[in-house]
Amino acid sequence: MLLEIKDLSTHFHTDFGVIKAVDRVDLSIDEGDTLGVVGESGCGKTVLALSIMRLIPTPPGKIVSGNVIFNGVDLLSLDSAEMRKIRGKDISMVFQEPMTSLNPVLRIGDQITEIIKLHLGLGREEAMARAIEMLSLVGMPSPETAIRNYPHQMSGGMRQRVMIAMALCCGPRLMLADEPTTALDVTIQAQILELIGRLKHDIGTSVILITHDLGVIAEAAEHVAVMYTGQVVEYASVENLFATPLHPYTVGLMESIPKIDAPWGRDVHLKVIPGAVPSLDDLPKGCTFQDRCAHTMQICREKEPQLKEYMPKHRVHCWLYEK
Amino acid sequence: MTMVLVDIQGIKKYYSARAELLAKEQVSVKAVDGVSLQVYSGETLGLVGESGCGKSTLARLIMRLDLPTAGRIFFEGENIFKLSGKDLKGYRRKVQIIFQDPYASLNPRRTAGSTIGEPLLINQMYDREGRALEVARIMDVVGLTKEQKGRYPHEFSGGQRQRIGIARAIILKPQLIVADEPVSALDVSIQAQILNLLKDLQKEFNLTYIFISHDLSVVRHVSDRIAVMHFGRIVELAENRELYEHPLHPYTVELLSAVPAPDPGRKKERVIREREVTGATNGQGKCPFHPRCPVRVEVCEKDEPELTDRGGGHFVACHGDA
Repeated sequence: MLLEIKDLSTHFHTDFGVIKAVDRVDLSIDEGDTLGVVGESGCGKTVLALSIMRLIPTPPGKIVSGNVIFNGVDLLSLDSAEMRKIRGKDISMVFQEPMTSLNPVLRIGDQITEIIKLHLGLGREEAMARAIEMLSLVGMPSPETAIRNYPHQMSGGMRQRVMIAMALCCGPRLMLADEPTTALDVTIQAQILELIGRLKHDIGTSVILITHDLGVIAEAAEHVAVMYTGQVVEYASVENLFATPLHPYTVGLMESIPKIDAPWGRDVHLKVIPGAVPSLDDLPKGCTFQDRCAHTMQICREKEPQLKEYMPKHRVHCWLYEK
Repeated sequence: MTMVLVDIQGIKKYYSARAELLAKEQVSVKAVDGVSLQVYSGETLGLVGESGCGKSTLARLIMRLDLPTAGRIFFEGENIFKLSGKDLKGYRRKVQIIFQDPYASLNPRRTAGSTIGEPLLINQMYDREGRALEVARIMDVVGLTKEQKGRYPHEFSGGQRQRIGIARAIILKPQLIVADEPVSALDVSIQAQILNLLKDLQKEFNLTYIFISHDLSVVRHVSDRIAVMHFGRIVELAENRELYEHPLHPYTVELLSAVPAPDPGRKKERVIREREVTGATNGQGKCPFHPRCPVRVEVCEKDEPELTDRGGGHFVACHGDA
């Protein structure tokens, strides 16, 4: 097991009270595995990634409990100097916005070599050579020219390739990709997903892929965690999740996406999940999905369910499946 | 027979730009480059394409928010670029737009009721009391409650804000609604609610939609006919089912194959090719898709294909027989 997250909670202290952005999350990822984390905006998927990277701005945020055990070491027990050695080297991150996460006044080559020089201690020439090698690995046409370019001279897809090259240049064991294709066109998205899959195969890096798009999950992930209001509500292999979704929220999500091969007609309506995600500062007692769920029982309003194994390697956070 | 509501004839919109910062030469970016299209009364025409293909520019031209470089657009037989004064105001009443971003397209300092009711005020319809009644009625139609009319945009969720935008668009009982990526900024569970609402409204008010999106699954769900845009042109136009089941243009085939299917058992064969970064400043006289086209033939480099009918209202702009 490469990474094990145990009982992780990250809270934000605001004027309106405590926001439990990540609430008692248990997850693990094996060597070479791709874990998809799926959920709607505000479900805590980005805060989860930032918590693993120890990039939560404090205050207002704080990791209040739990362990993040990476390769046998609890990342939450490290001081910031030790964490800096791991961040960018053993664990790296690809951010959502390729337009805003590169420095606009530095050349691409300087941005990539900065990390290489810092973590691998290479000199300028060697670092440049490695940067060019990484850029050609991610499919950048003419990488020798690209290292001299500024971000604005590149398209969104090319910038995302630069981000991935930066994330991979120190040979990380784990890469966190937060909505890596959301800002991109479909044809470019397909290329980037293929690239991540190929690199994972070649380099053996494990990937945590955060997205709101179930299509991307089906395409690229091996295991999936569905998040809702800061909690993991379902966890399964990608095949099991799509074949037998258990949690009413997962079922609702799957039914509400228009399918490209669905029967078409003027009167065909999509199934919907009624209502909206509750505000995190005003969650109901018991299960947080109770007001949108078609199966709400008395117990759902009183007591919170636990994430339990219902079928082999298929865990769900719902009273319906309590034996 | 269905009536043509909007008749777009050879519309072009070029913007001038410099190829590089401080470059002396001006080049023209051909955002929309010769689009001809008819929209029938009561239908939903889907317009798909990737960023920069000109779909939003086309929407702005239809809304008459921009003037074309060449070409004409007729609405109920009248050239909209010749309208002025009262006639133009009348046109604006019949044609409304729903914008993509419900966070940016509402005035944060206006209450929901005031945003929704403003079109009535501009057109001097009803008295104060009548307007309030009408606003309440429309809010009910789009799934908001009249108690919410005094609230400000920040008090609403994304889906509710989009409902406010829709209410504002339909309050004048328009004939045509241009919806420019109306659900792209919304979460999946909310997206389905808005798509259903748009379908219901169309039935209730006999609306015609031009539905712009980059999402082929969403377009498939709402459209009767679909036009695929690439580099400012329409490369394929067909009935919904026909386009998805028998795509003819290689670009359409590529787009369809790129959509990730929410089904892990069906990891399909992709036909993605590396993109030539040529931009929309391409010269005339050749097919703009030919550098990455798998079925290109010699003539593609010499002659630009015209949009021609391949039978049954399936139009394609391609020299090949793909």
